[in-house]
Amino acid sequence: MSLIVSQLFSGVSIGAVLLLIALGLALTFGQMNVINMAHGEFIMAGAYTVYVLQQSISSAGASLLIALPVSFAVAGLMGILLEVLLIRRLYARPLDTLLVTWGVSLILQQAARDIFGAPNVQTRAPELLTGSVRITEDIVIASSRLFILGLALAAVAALTIVLKTTSLGRRIRAVVQNRDLAAVSGLATGRVDRLTFFIGSGLAGIAGVALTLIGPIGPAMGTNIIVNAFLVVVVGGIGQLKGTVIVAFVLGILQSMVEYTTTVSVASVIVFVAIVAFLQWRPQGLFTLRTRSLA
Amino acid sequence: MSPRVRALAGFGITAVLLFAVAPLLLGDFRLGLLAKYLCFAIVAVGIGLAWGRGGMLALGQGVFFGLGGYAMAMHLKLADAGPGNLPDFMTLYGQLDALPWWWVPFQNPIFALLATVLLPMTVALLLGLLIFRRRVRGAYFAILSQALAAAFAILLIGQQGTTGGTNGLTDIRGFFGYDLNDPVNRRMIYFIVAVALLAMLGITWQLMRSRYGELLVAVRDGEERVRFLGYDPANVKLVAYVVAAGMAGLAGALFVPAVGIISPALIGVVPSIEFVIGVAVGGRASLAGPALGAIAVAWAKTALSERVPSAWTYFEGLLFVLPIVFLPGGIASLVSLVRRRRAAAPPPAVDQRPPLVREGAA
Amino acid sequence: MFRNRGRRLATVIVSLGTVAALTACGAKTADSAAAPAGGGAVVDTSGASVKIGLLNSLSGTMAISEVTVRDAIQLAVEEINAAGGVLGKQLTPVSEDGASDWPTFAEKAQKLISQDKVAAVFGCWTSSSRKAVKPVFEKNKALLFYPVQYEGLEQSPYIFYTGATTNQQIVPALDYLKSAGKTSVYLVGSDYVFPRTANKIIKAYAAANGMKVLGEDYAPLGSTEFSTIVNKVKASGASAVFNTLNGDSNVAFFKEYKSSGLTAESMPVVSVSIAEEEVKSIGTQYLAGQLTAWNYYQTTEGAANDKFVKAYKAKYGADKPTSDPMEAAYTSVYLWKAMAEKAGSFEIEKVKAAASAGGITYEAPEGLVTVDGATQHVFKTARIGKIGSDGLIEEVWNSGEPVKPDPYLKSYSWATGLS
Repeated sequence: MSLIVSQLFSGVSIGAVLLLIALGLALTFGQMNVINMAHGEFIMAGAYTVYVLQQSISSAGASLLIALPVSFAVAGLMGILLEVLLIRRLYARPLDTLLVTWGVSLILQQAARDIFGAPNVQTRAPELLTGSVRITEDIVIASSRLFILGLALAAVAALTIVLKTTSLGRRIRAVVQNRDLAAVSGLATGRVDRLTFFIGSGLAGIAGVALTLIGPIGPAMGTNIIVNAFLVVVVGGIGQLKGTVIVAFVLGILQSMVEYTTTVSVASVIVFVAIVAFLQWRPQGLFTLRTRSLA
Repeated sequence: MSPRVRALAGFGITAVLLFAVAPLLLGDFRLGLLAKYLCFAIVAVGIGLAWGRGGMLALGQGVFFGLGGYAMAMHLKLADAGPGNLPDFMTLYGQLDALPWWWVPFQNPIFALLATVLLPMTVALLLGLLIFRRRVRGAYFAILSQALAAAFAILLIGQQGTTGGTNGLTDIRGFFGYDLNDPVNRRMIYFIVAVALLAMLGITWQLMRSRYGELLVAVRDGEERVRFLGYDPANVKLVAYVVAAGMAGLAGALFVPAVGIISPALIGVVPSIEFVIGVAVGGRASLAGPALGAIAVAWAKTALSERVPSAWTYFEGLLFVLPIVFLPGGIASLVSLVRRRRAAAPPPAVDQRPPLVREGAA
Repeated sequence: MFRNRGRRLATVIVSLGTVAALTACGAKTADSAAAPAGGGAVVDTSGASVKIGLLNSLSGTMAISEVTVRDAIQLAVEEINAAGGVLGKQLTPVSEDGASDWPTFAEKAQKLISQDKVAAVFGCWTSSSRKAVKPVFEKNKALLFYPVQYEGLEQSPYIFYTGATTNQQIVPALDYLKSAGKTSVYLVGSDYVFPRTANKIIKAYAAANGMKVLGEDYAPLGSTEFSTIVNKVKASGASAVFNTLNGDSNVAFFKEYKSSGLTAESMPVVSVSIAEEEVKSIGTQYLAGQLTAWNYYQTTEGAANDKFVKAYKAKYGADKPTSDPMEAAYTSVYLWKAMAEKAGSFEIEKVKAAASAGGITYEAPEGLVTVDGATQHVFKTARIGKIGSDGLIEEVWNSGEPVKPDPYLKSYSWATGLS
């Protein structure tokens, strides 16, 4: 019994990690139709930001808190740069963005290798986040995982508030639902695109900070997670956040349950089969945005 | 010159280059490398058809390449071991007493040869039926292909006792009775690969010029319109996807004797994407572009990584970025640009239309 | 129309086939005349220097580890050249990038042998890369020096193994656990050859020594999600964990391990792939107190090691640690030098003959090492270490004397039927 609860929490926490890394994608891919393979490297940039900050700030806790806004800004600015230099030219060719941003991700990885060295770097976590919370005698929950869960939910809440209540949010939604009409109505769609990209990439930076608590910080950290993050957004359905949130947790729990009863490799194959089967049933993902556009 | 004459002239020149010039100029080692590049070129021809003409960015070609390669390697390993014996790695890692059932049919050379092409085609057919019928396309299709590549590589690695795991199938010594250590036989392999590449170019040329080729381009440029005209776009796409998978399988099968190894390192997400660069650089919608691009990129990789390894990664990144952003038609579009400018007066022939790379929204 | 065109194409292809056949025949006669009589690799000794090959991954996932090995080999080459070279010739290293990709390793090995005509190749890290190049070296009758601990069960006449085989690392580690009163283990490894083979040996050992194996889990290479595996480890209640994870996965595993409340005191982890370099990147916060099994640590005592550590830090930076694979790679160059000097020749068969005659020794940083002529492995002292909070590894136990290499574990009764 206690094992099932632990395992369930593992699933939720895997889901939280997936959610955090997929949230930015839900914005850039879901809302803007840009397949940004360099998203993983923005996550990497966020993680390296923690490392750089810790060179000058000795307190692990303080540096982590400062790192949250700083890596949001760092990754966000990298996102704007990418949008302005390359992606802007490719809005009519979504598949080409995939290849171009893959090339960018290769360059960023090699740059990280040349700047920080090929080996993983080490960051310190505050003592509070390396321990665990004891629920009962057998059920122990890692506090880093709780922190990530909280961070993911906070990010979802903040993003929802921005999208639903602010004028920027209204503009983003207008551009998503009908770009031409929004442009005709006098919205500067180019500026909205850049801001959306800033927020989406910034969220990757936040995810990078979270990942320093549980995983390695190195040049290759982005590549390992990017495909799964895209699957979450695809299955969740583009254009809406709730699909991404639900699918992240469902996939997380499915992964951890299957992994527990079989092996890690079998689990990844089963998750893939489940996704193909699901898309048979709902080819546009869990939730779809109703639009009048053809194709 | 009529397009047909020009195509025949092109084939002739390519044949002379591949069969006479290259073997005379290159030593055994470099010719072996060229054989490897030509295998990648065969994959690229298929991707050119599916992506350039059909608009399907096939990012899972590594899977089909791997299926073909493993089918061939399984037979060759069994042939090396001799009748009744297990391949070396099985006794080492699997501690098996008998051949697993799914290895047994590969003892038959004809079955194995057919499987190298038919197995990938069957998998592509099943997957394509599921995906295209439900109108999964564009980015969704690309991401699913990637996930498939990742899952297949993990699956192969997990079954070390029967697939060789991360090692893959190595130490392949013979090819249907011919000793692969013999340089003469390795040259023979090169010629077989070259013939296969020419044959695949021929098939693709034929497909592109047929009514089907027109339909495929129409589906790429306006899937809904084609549907309204009474065609089923799913079937049209399926054919190109399956043909591309067959070519990748054939390339994988030829890669095994040419290089002597097949491993999951050639199957996952990264190699699957790498198959695509050559196509993008060369010109996705043209016939010769993908093949030439693939050869050029593979050559550049060997040449650059021999000198400055880290520079290769930067260069590879730029190869993805620059041609696609600034020259979407690839190098082939430069050729037709020059040609069109020179022959400004007469109206262009039917197949001289500039390569279209516009895609419908996903 | 359609059919007509197709037929023409067919004739083109048929005629191409004929051309191909003709050129192939032409090549056949030309080739057989040019082929060397013995069929073996030829070492180019014509100049004032002789080339040696360095084959390591300088890019890709394995670059992290393999670059340090390449650096150690470079250091040995420089020292040898400064001291007058080998047989009066300076060494010219030719460095090739295996790019963490096994077919590339095979291709580059072939290039080093047939284009550069090197006297010996030093390198490879993963078992997969070694398995990929092994046929190349055997086919060309060329020499490879492989510097990394590995899973044993292999003995190629053209490879010298200067890292530990299983009875010099894994078996001593198990002996140590047994003597420390650990009665059950949980096996965690990356999904590739070394962990799977190592665990097969561990299970055979456990069965014969009354140890229980409570579980066995593999994560795909590069995997960084360990919550489920750690849950399983924890639920098993094993008295120790045997860890054969590789690279990045270790970071995620130990972070998860610590945060789930497991400690080095309650359930120690013995790792066989974590050396000083990895300790640095995982963080001592997570590792302090855990155990490792190797043949060399930066802290190993002896004048030879003091000199090696000092030279390495002087060349590559004071913050760069030295580790077991680096030491084995450094030693391998000196062992080859000793063989060539004894043979009085760079010729590969003569170098091999010098080694199999026995008596090739070198005062290495890890202590005196001797090449076992019969297996082409090296006698090595097994050492168990404890990771300290300063990032260095302190030896807590050693085998006392160099252990004779036994790649097929023939001298262990419990190991019959493994190979």
